[in-house]
Amino acid sequence: MRKNSNFFILIGTIGLFVCINIFLMASGKLPFSSDGFGIILGAGLTLAIYSFLYKDNPAFKIAENLYVGVSLGYTIIITWFNFLKPDLYDPLIVPIFSKTATRDPRYALLIPSLLGIFMLLRFSKKLSWLSRWTFAFVVGLGAGVSIPRVISAFILEQIKPSLNPVFSGGETMLSSINTLLIMLGVISVLIYFIFSVEHKGAIGKVSKIGIWFLMISFGASFGYTVMGRLSLLIGRIQFLLRDWLGILQ
Amino acid sequence: MLLILIMTSVFGKLFFTAGIIFIVFFHPSVIFAQSPPFLIPPADFKAFDTPNDAGEAISLTWSVSPSDHPDIFYVIYTDKDKNGSFEKEAIRIKSNTGYRTSVPEIYGYKKENGDYHHVQIFPRKIFQGETLGKKQVYYFKLVMVAEDTKITLDTIASASARGNWLHTKKINNFAIMIILSAIILYFIVHARKNPNMFLRKIGGLDAVDDALGRATEMGKPVLFVHGLTGMGSISTIAATSILGRIARKIADYDANLKVVNNDPIVMSVSQEVVKESYLEAGRPDAYNPDNVFLVASEQFPYVAAVGGIMTRERPAANFFVGYFYAEALILAETGASTGAIQIAGTDAYTQLPFFITTCDYTLIGEELYAASAYLSREPMLMGTLRAQDVGKGILIIILIFGTLLASFGLKFITHLFEAF
Repeated sequence: MRKNSNFFILIGTIGLFVCINIFLMASGKLPFSSDGFGIILGAGLTLAIYSFLYKDNPAFKIAENLYVGVSLGYTIIITWFNFLKPDLYDPLIVPIFSKTATRDPRYALLIPSLLGIFMLLRFSKKLSWLSRWTFAFVVGLGAGVSIPRVISAFILEQIKPSLNPVFSGGETMLSSINTLLIMLGVISVLIYFIFSVEHKGAIGKVSKIGIWFLMISFGASFGYTVMGRLSLLIGRIQFLLRDWLGILQ
Repeated sequence: MLLILIMTSVFGKLFFTAGIIFIVFFHPSVIFAQSPPFLIPPADFKAFDTPNDAGEAISLTWSVSPSDHPDIFYVIYTDKDKNGSFEKEAIRIKSNTGYRTSVPEIYGYKKENGDYHHVQIFPRKIFQGETLGKKQVYYFKLVMVAEDTKITLDTIASASARGNWLHTKKINNFAIMIILSAIILYFIVHARKNPNMFLRKIGGLDAVDDALGRATEMGKPVLFVHGLTGMGSISTIAATSILGRIARKIADYDANLKVVNNDPIVMSVSQEVVKESYLEAGRPDAYNPDNVFLVASEQFPYVAAVGGIMTRERPAANFFVGYFYAEALILAETGASTGAIQIAGTDAYTQLPFFITTCDYTLIGEELYAASAYLSREPMLMGTLRAQDVGKGILIIILIFGTLLASFGLKFITHLFEAF
């Protein structure tokens, strides 16, 4: 019975959507062209994705699979035009096989190409061990590149602005309080993230202050991001009401 | 005679009135406010290779002139030949801009930096298309230009741009790395000798066992959701490490683990990690590589697909570990609606509020890095964690002393931690 009602809701919704679009095209609110069909497709997919708010349904599944498929196709094209073609095909393959090529082949590119091929060997049971060389290279390189960047971004860039004078003469009372507050926040949060000392007594109290600082900052961040999300929702609703239904001008 | 007297009187008044008008409208102060009457050339015009770069830039410096003014420009002409025509304009700046104070990485924090101008020239861009030697010397002439006058300095400065192997201003970064590495190595050795090191309770990690136990009892899968960053990200490295610990426990419990990925390399690494964990648990037969799979490589298709998996397969426990962006709330909200126990761990501070509000437990920032040590209690990881704590202690001391010294006007600690 429940399945039947869901089926009728789905059919009813699709029927209503089709009728609305026929009316919009017949009344000239939507042009009978690729633009008009593009708007209908966009509206349909938007509603299909939003239908997940009711429950999982075939319309959502279609939109979901379409989304995943399109993104995969898009990624393949991006990978070819942004990476493989300019970084491998043009500088290595073309100069080797084309007689009209003006540049010498860059044979150094064979090394990363080989590492890439090793990744594909994961499909072979006998040779899949070679893919570990690539992983070792990628993970090692990633960690190596990250270390100085992390030290710079998370230690140096954070410490320097925290080392402000509290009372060198030029400060106002409020700026001194601000500096002290920042210092208290940084130190208490750092203490909260100390794991090898039990958070009891003085350490426990300071780490609790740290949690307060964290939660206040999370609250501010939450509010800021929710406002951003609302603007995205407004954008979608505007698309539905203005571009599709023509209610908003 | 009378006519002459009248004429003199009339013209005298006229000249007097004209004089008054001239004084009112063309008083020197008024004239100076619009443009200076003369140009005083600057001194100490020098060129040198910009330090700590890849050999692309040449720095030029000269003293400020008393006639520096927004309407007066410094123009630098360059040539490859000392006796050349110097027709190429390398740079043009207003004479009241471009001081040494804006580049402390070259000149430090000396007081006299405000008395000197500084500009950077990229000669290879200026001479683009021309044949240039590796040690090509470039010559520069400084010209001071007012509206209709200009002065060319006699001094011709020269320099060649060379790459540097060592960025001396990043030595503080290197020193911190060496000091922290030494502390980490020391504590790893220490932890091997004394494996029962204390670790404070982390609520989110204590709940991992409960979540896995619940999944085992319910016969439903455990879903491990990776963040969006690749293997170059420290949070992803931490996530794969946690995945290994979770997979090991799942292999012990004989539960079902599903790992969704958005990056093919992360997927391959995750497959290896899970496989290794099943081997460690003595259950290689239970490992199914198809359970560690790529869902979508784009952000929102990934969200749509993972959301679909959550609603259809209804996992008993969801783990969101790694670096997340806007998808965090959608994923966690969908997971919460399915009734799964949810544990999140991320260092993406903008997404942490969403995980805190929608997940049962959240590992905040550094707790994500500590998770691996906490779950495994391996001496190496425990030693690393203790060393990180010591590092934080050092930072706290630096912050307190640095602020105190800065308050007394001693800023050398502040400058020590400059990131260039």
